[in-house]
Amino acid sequence: MIEIKNISKSFSGVQVLDDVSFTFQKGKTNLIIGKSGSGKSVLTKCIVGLLEPDEGEIIYDGRSFRGINNKERKEIRKELGMLFQGGALFDSLSVEENVAFPLKMFSNFSKEEILERTNFCLNRVNIINKNNLFPAEISGGMQKRVAIARAIAMNPKYLFCDEPNSGLDPVTAIVIDELIKEITEEYQMTTVVITHDMNSVLEIGDNIMFIFEGMNKWVGDRNTILNTDVIELNNFVYVSKFLRQFKEML
Amino acid sequence: MFYHIGRYTTMLSYLFAKPERVSTYWKRLIDEIIQLGVKSLFMVVLMSAFMGAVLVIQTASAIESAWIPDYTVGFTVKQTLILEFCPTIISLILAGKVGSNIASELGTMRVTEQIDALEVMGVNSIGFLIGPKILGSLFIFPILIMYSMFFGFVGGWALCYLTEIIPIEQYLLGIQSFSYENYEYLRYALVKTVFFAFIITSVSSYFGYYTSGGALEVGKSSTKAVVYSSILILMFNVLLTQLLLD
Repeated sequence: MIEIKNISKSFSGVQVLDDVSFTFQKGKTNLIIGKSGSGKSVLTKCIVGLLEPDEGEIIYDGRSFRGINNKERKEIRKELGMLFQGGALFDSLSVEENVAFPLKMFSNFSKEEILERTNFCLNRVNIINKNNLFPAEISGGMQKRVAIARAIAMNPKYLFCDEPNSGLDPVTAIVIDELIKEITEEYQMTTVVITHDMNSVLEIGDNIMFIFEGMNKWVGDRNTILNTDVIELNNFVYVSKFLRQFKEML
Repeated sequence: MFYHIGRYTTMLSYLFAKPERVSTYWKRLIDEIIQLGVKSLFMVVLMSAFMGAVLVIQTASAIESAWIPDYTVGFTVKQTLILEFCPTIISLILAGKVGSNIASELGTMRVTEQIDALEVMGVNSIGFLIGPKILGSLFIFPILIMYSMFFGFVGGWALCYLTEIIPIEQYLLGIQSFSYENYEYLRYALVKTVFFAFIITSVSSYFGYYTSGGALEVGKSSTKAVVYSSILILMFNVLLTQLLLD
């Protein structure tokens, strides 16, 4: 479980996050949704420590992530896995080397154990016989799956996914969404997904926070999001004319 | 300017953090020695050989006189190559090749979030990415410069052999003359090279690592890396020459 309390962040006087609080639950797919520029990515970067919030607290299972030294922060980071928007696979390493990278850096596994774990993770995301290819030689969907394999290689307690299906076709996007949900439930991870894709929201949203102009405007799940009274969220969910007509029919 | 100096110093301080896994860093160091040094060898050898040949022609035509012995050409070429051409001019050329390579590599890693990925994993990204580049260049650049000196002499020798602009024996005599001073000059050249290697890799890494934005900014970082490395090399050239030779 990850708790964020009263997180605020501004850049050059512009308030990007304003007093955001939320609890990301264990074993559930927690979603942060909102328009582009609403502060989702900044919030995630604050949670994983890539940015330092101006105010507020971040607590990983009772352990505060702020006001701790580098060593303690590294220990918590070893329990994090993150899937970046573009995959962020290392260009100079093959698929196998990318997945094995965190294991080589932080585990005490032997070479054989690293290979075994790497193949297990790649099989888990349905990447087979691609071990020696480089990221540039595989498709975008495969890159995302390899990035998921790398993110889960160290068996993390917390998984962060920044717009996991951006740039993917709807079919591949659903495959990635389902994979994230399966992995979350299988390993009982606390998963945080940032998205503005309503398909994902309705497919995997167990616990959802809607951010609007840096503020937490709504909290709920995929069953309640379609019936909300919050105007900003309604404008986000029923964005097209077709969806608005659909809502009127409901 | 003070902001950049402060951030550059902070970046360097991260190089002294304990490596997460020494064996991985060792492999990176070997890769960087190959990437930065061995892959520049052909270019350095080729340029040095041609420059050695040109120096022979220029020196021979400039001091053409019955009062000046022919071996002066060899001596002048040797002094020019050891003191200035090999350590400084080759370092400036390496600033262009290696500096832009480092800045664009790190800049691309930054804008594609690969550096963020390392940080989230708990890896000291500065130590992991930049440390081996600096160490590798400190080791390989002096070797490159010694190759440059040798092939500069060979270029001059080949020109004498092919054109008989001066007798080869006279050229070799000039190259070998005042050999007791050569070690002192060689030490000066190598000390300069070590400083230049540090400037090229650390300054280029700084601009690459702190790139923000997209492809356009990667290109700008690459240009800044070359420009600032070159300026600093020329400034330190004056300073080090004053300190080491005066």
